[in-house]
Amino acid sequence: MSEANLELQSEVARLIVGALNLDIKPEAIQPEARLYGEGMGLDSIDILEVALAVSKRFGFQLRTDNADNVRIFNSLRSLTEHIAAARTK
Amino acid sequence: MSTLPLITHHCPDAIVAWRDSRPVSARQFLSDVDQVTGLLPAGRSVLNLCRDHYRFAVTLAACIVSGRVSLLPSTHTPEMVRQMRHIAPDVFCIADQDAGGVDLPVFRYPDRTPTSAADRLIPNIDSEQVIAQVFTSGSTGVPEPHLKRWGSLVRSVRAEAQQLGVSAGYATLGTVPAQHMYGLESTLLMPLQSGGSLQATRPFYPADICAALAALPRPRLLVTTPYHLRTLLAESDAVPAADLLLSATAPLARNLAVEAETRFAAPLFEIYGCTETGQIASRRTTHGAAWQTFADVRLRCEAETVWAEGGPVTEPTPLSDVIELVDADPTRFLLHGRHAELVNIAGKRTSLGYLNYHLNAISGVLDGVFLQPLEGDDHATGGIRRLIALVVAPELTPATLMRALRDRIDPVFLPRPLLFVDALPRNAAGKLPDHATRAFLARVQSPTTTGFPT
Repeated sequence: MSEANLELQSEVARLIVGALNLDIKPEAIQPEARLYGEGMGLDSIDILEVALAVSKRFGFQLRTDNADNVRIFNSLRSLTEHIAAARTK
Repeated sequence: MSTLPLITHHCPDAIVAWRDSRPVSARQFLSDVDQVTGLLPAGRSVLNLCRDHYRFAVTLAACIVSGRVSLLPSTHTPEMVRQMRHIAPDVFCIADQDAGGVDLPVFRYPDRTPTSAADRLIPNIDSEQVIAQVFTSGSTGVPEPHLKRWGSLVRSVRAEAQQLGVSAGYATLGTVPAQHMYGLESTLLMPLQSGGSLQATRPFYPADICAALAALPRPRLLVTTPYHLRTLLAESDAVPAADLLLSATAPLARNLAVEAETRFAAPLFEIYGCTETGQIASRRTTHGAAWQTFADVRLRCEAETVWAEGGPVTEPTPLSDVIELVDADPTRFLLHGRHAELVNIAGKRTSLGYLNYHLNAISGVLDGVFLQPLEGDDHATGGIRRLIALVVAPELTPATLMRALRDRIDPVFLPRPLLFVDALPRNAAGKLPDHATRAFLARVQSPTTTGFPT
């Protein structure tokens, strides 16, 4: 992963922790750990909350039909890669 | 024998559903129902996991015409699936995508069904036929079944349509799962019983919801929740116009209702109901706090309990909410919240007793209790507050305990935070008085407190 994307990854981690009021430090999120279900334990309510924060910060709206939800939210890394490709700001 | 038709559309070309902006006719729907009925395996009890609303409707109808019963538990955790197998050993599930690890024989919804040219008669269904079993959380960890009969369900959604002015020609989009009473009644049965149509797909992200709504002809109706409304209005600059908005599952803040009505240019009604009675009342949130019961439904106060009866409520049924009649009128009431024992998160319902049972049934848990989050600022904006759990389990790690809980209870009820403590503040009688527990929690969560793992 490029340095720019590593920086983005830290920002996305902070965004997740902030949007969900998680009681952990952003750097504690393992880039490869599953966000959904077991692992980080996020559920569909959390995913919507993160999606809202992503659209505010990065200027694009997540859609079900332009990518697989489960794949995007597979891990911090996959979410970062999706944002890097789709962001408008 | 009194019967009611499966759908009320008057001609074979009437539109029952919309997929990708293309209409699905009543003729095609009845043909799909026939097709799926012919493919179903033996077994009278069905767990319908179809996410797509049209496929759910076809599957439900196929089960109804073949005398099968749809089981509608509140969640599909491994423990709940075990309970369903115990209640109905012949249960199998029907899925239109990966069944998500549900440990049951899976019938896969056919990817393609033949295009129908032949007209079929609309089946008439015995009003007394039990078409579904809906489950509430008992306090003993065992789900309690409630039998749903065809006649009662149909009368309920027809009364709803009448009260809301929903008639043939309305197209409905639901953001809620059809596997719960609100989704089943408002997104599926109401369109099918008012000659209307339903959007086949169930959108997830706000942008998906806007696109799916815009794809429907008008008049169109959005069936949603305070939670979806809040994220939708927060994320989208422009939302498609609607003709009617419905919200249920949690109280809707008045300011959110005002914003939704303005931006969708449509009236918003909240729906009141519970698992036991189905939907029985509505209110226009921006016009006042009082609820109006559907036609023929009456409320009656008896000591501490309020009973609903009449119309689709075939037997007097106690309501588990704190309710006050307005001017002693049996059709108008104020809702003062749910009894403290009941939990409602994002439309999923359970009881603290049920959750506490499962927490304490985990090997290694010596004592534990779930607590409702306190009312906070985010309540007014439609944010979701999670439960808190205090647990005494010196041998368990947080990860192990969360894994065991995940197997037993729905993810929305998983505690956040889960706090490990040395002992709970039980009194001499072994009870946990609410104020003592709250004070204890405040001490545990205080940043100056040490000695508790976080």
